[in-house]
Amino acid sequence: MINQMDKNLIFDKSRSGRRAFAQAPASAATASIPANLLRSDKPRLPEASELQTVRHFTRLSQMNFSIDTQFYPLGSCTMKYNPRACNALALLPEFAGRHPLGPVSHGQGFLTCMYELQEMLKDVTGMKGVSLTPMAGAQGEFAGVAMIKAYHDARGDHGRTEIICPDAAHGTNPATATMCGCTVVEVPTGPEGDIDFDALKNAVGPKTAGIMLTNPSTLGVFERRIKEVADLVHNAGGLLYYDGANLNAILGKVRPGDMDFDVIHMNLHKTFSTPHGGGGPGSGAVGVNNRLLPFMPIPIVGKREKDGGDYYYWLAEDDLPQSIGRLSGFMGNSGVLLRAYVYMRMLGRAGMQRVSEYATLNANYLAARLRDAGFELAFPTRRASHEFIVTLKREAKTFDLTAMDIAKALLDKNYHAPTTYFPLLVPECLLIEPTETESKETLDNFVAAMIEIASAAKDGTQFKDAPYTMPVRRLDDVKAARQLDLAYRPEET
Amino acid sequence: MPFIPHTEKDTREMLDAIGAKSIDALFDEIPAELKIDSLKHVPEAVTEMEISRLMRQRAKMDGTPMCFIGAGAYEHHIPTAVWDIATRGEFYSAYTPYQAEASQGTLQTIYEYQTMITELTGLDVSNASLYDGASALAEASLMAVRTNRRVKTGRVLLAPGVNPVYEKVAAAIAGAQGITFERLPLDASTGTIDFDALPNGRNPVAVVLQQPSFAGTLDDVDRLADWAHEQGALVIGIVNPISLAILKPPGQWGKEGADIACGEGQPLGVPMSSGGPYFGFMTCKQSHVRQMPGRIVGRTTDLDGNPGFALTLQAREQHIRRSKATSNICTNQGLMVTAATIYMSLLGFDGLARVANTSHANTQTLVDGLCAIDGVERLFSGPYFHEVALKLDRPVAPLLSALAEQDILGGFDLSEFAGSHALLVCVTETKTASDIATFVAAFSDAMAANKRKSA
Repeated sequence: MINQMDKNLIFDKSRSGRRAFAQAPASAATASIPANLLRSDKPRLPEASELQTVRHFTRLSQMNFSIDTQFYPLGSCTMKYNPRACNALALLPEFAGRHPLGPVSHGQGFLTCMYELQEMLKDVTGMKGVSLTPMAGAQGEFAGVAMIKAYHDARGDHGRTEIICPDAAHGTNPATATMCGCTVVEVPTGPEGDIDFDALKNAVGPKTAGIMLTNPSTLGVFERRIKEVADLVHNAGGLLYYDGANLNAILGKVRPGDMDFDVIHMNLHKTFSTPHGGGGPGSGAVGVNNRLLPFMPIPIVGKREKDGGDYYYWLAEDDLPQSIGRLSGFMGNSGVLLRAYVYMRMLGRAGMQRVSEYATLNANYLAARLRDAGFELAFPTRRASHEFIVTLKREAKTFDLTAMDIAKALLDKNYHAPTTYFPLLVPECLLIEPTETESKETLDNFVAAMIEIASAAKDGTQFKDAPYTMPVRRLDDVKAARQLDLAYRPEET
Repeated sequence: MPFIPHTEKDTREMLDAIGAKSIDALFDEIPAELKIDSLKHVPEAVTEMEISRLMRQRAKMDGTPMCFIGAGAYEHHIPTAVWDIATRGEFYSAYTPYQAEASQGTLQTIYEYQTMITELTGLDVSNASLYDGASALAEASLMAVRTNRRVKTGRVLLAPGVNPVYEKVAAAIAGAQGITFERLPLDASTGTIDFDALPNGRNPVAVVLQQPSFAGTLDDVDRLADWAHEQGALVIGIVNPISLAILKPPGQWGKEGADIACGEGQPLGVPMSSGGPYFGFMTCKQSHVRQMPGRIVGRTTDLDGNPGFALTLQAREQHIRRSKATSNICTNQGLMVTAATIYMSLLGFDGLARVANTSHANTQTLVDGLCAIDGVERLFSGPYFHEVALKLDRPVAPLLSALAEQDILGGFDLSEFAGSHALLVCVTETKTASDIATFVAAFSDAMAANKRKSA
């Protein structure tokens, strides 16, 4: 059925002279602009009716897997339900239509939400200050490492140029260190998934600017010696950065500030349920402890008393002269922040804790069921956090069932695949994160699907050509990279 | 429990399967001294009905004033279909298209977007988006350094019309890698580049030109692009995508065209929403594609030889190259790009040209009206698109406050940037002749009242 879908481009539906309902009155008034500044050609934009356009993009949407349509256990991505109310309330006309440079007199409602969001995020992270401006996790990471650099520089400690990352770290960590002008020192992981403490001891020193850690780590286990790690790095003069990708695992249970982290970014599009949107927008708010407060990115929302009431306003360059500066044209992804605010208010204090409890319950249940079904856990002696890793190295060796094969076979069973081949140090791995919003039935059905695939593979079925039921079969990535076709240009083919 | 489906029976059965006594036991690897019993400041939960009421009250506090501010974010009519479709769950709640076969909707949309934005900017290739216009300039500058290997200075020259906030953001992001930004000289009468005072021999790695400029003026882009190329620099154009329906696209600037174009995608169907989420676009010449940051979608074929779409050139990116990646960017602004693609499809070139022309005509009407008031004149001579800087004979802030009291946002106070009493006004297609007349009358009254006060 799905293979019968119309897969033409919108340009294929284009007919010269056809147009959708006019969105603006006709007007011809460019006479005052000199001809040499004007456009002379007509760019190829679609010429389609409104119905054709609506039908085209509705059909494209149907070619996607999504949380709303499928179980999406993509590890490290926290694909939980995105409540509809969050979207509707963020798009109230007054919020959606508010100009970012509009006066604070016409922004007290919005700014109240932002201030309260800052306060709530301080509470859940145990930090002393929060800036909402970073626009995604990677930009939050940048802000964090830039603050660490600024801190050392402000103390005249210019020799600290190294950032330590575990080998299991997300790729954005080392890439961020480079963007901040630092070099990366990688430390290995021990056999049970904790950081190799002796290797870390050798890595820290007078050049250490800081360490970037996720806890629980990308291996899905809690770093048990975190206090010792913190002391070791702090004693060497470095600071600790917390990558908040996995905050869902510990929400309301343990706070990064209490683990002695100096700075943290949060992925509001993971933990606080704002939508992933097919690749963004994210939001990477940062939290800091006292020593990094002066360096936070601006703007930040401040509060003071005015005429006997609360009055909210922007803190900017004059208020934080040592700030690392601005990271966006205005204040970051404010509409995403509104969604996160609504979500946090609906969950409330107790709800925050339930998130980590049921996310952890679901992950441990799924891990136990898969283990009992014969799958090998990468860290069988450990508790799972909100996610865990299955390694298929045995299946790959004995009957040629790779992580890629099982990922594609799962698509045919109407499940989105877990994260594959990350972290890089576990062979043939699936990183599985069910999240708290999935029911036991869904998890049970997923286990059944995994068992079916594995037994079919044992019986000799190959999945090299899967998937079969998607709008397309397995795609030629090599051709995509070698014969670049990045835009529709019929005259060139 | 909000959004958590577990019954007590489920929980019990699941704990039994795990072999744990309680949910708490699942946290037994976390050192006890680190755990907390409860958060302290997050308020207790509210229902959807309660939060809806609260948010509506707060929204009402902000109101829906008539807006004549531009300065980097622009109010345009957004056809209903744009967000109706963009917020379908299949777009809204999907992740980055790592599993290509199960993400063809997102991937094809991005491919169509890449086609449209390259057509508009007149360049060959596009990425899938960056965060916003300001951070796109930072990424474009870093890209220029990687691309233009003959020049080792890390010096980026900015035309006087480049948005001052973009410079701040670019310096904050790209500064750590040794990139410096310097301004080219301004002709104070026209608000454009002073071509007679251009500094030769500075070895810039890139020259950045913003058209229309932050103050709304239009530069001789051909002349500056040619000068920049003569200096051995790459040309980066910052453009407003709506303006490209009538203004010359960066790909056609000068003899060779700009090398990289970037800017704020918000005018293409994205609500102003207090500053975000927007999206930054970036296009470039084919020869520079391997230095481009961010996701890129390519068309390829599947096992049956049928066309399909996939992320490509991933060897540039952080998840493969780690510390040697072109950027740390991972998540970008996918949903905004989906909205922009639907917006451009609905409008087509003709519709986009109508929006651009009407905005331009409305701005002319407003400028004529305001300049007829005593004490108001244009700050710069010369052509403009839909934004104009005005010079006033008195401080701007009290006037804007007086207008705001009547729910009119009268423009952006440009005084700090211009060094004199100056106001930047913008009119788009969303304003009628009567709206413009209302603004002119209110402005005139505010000037008169202000004069009485100070006299």
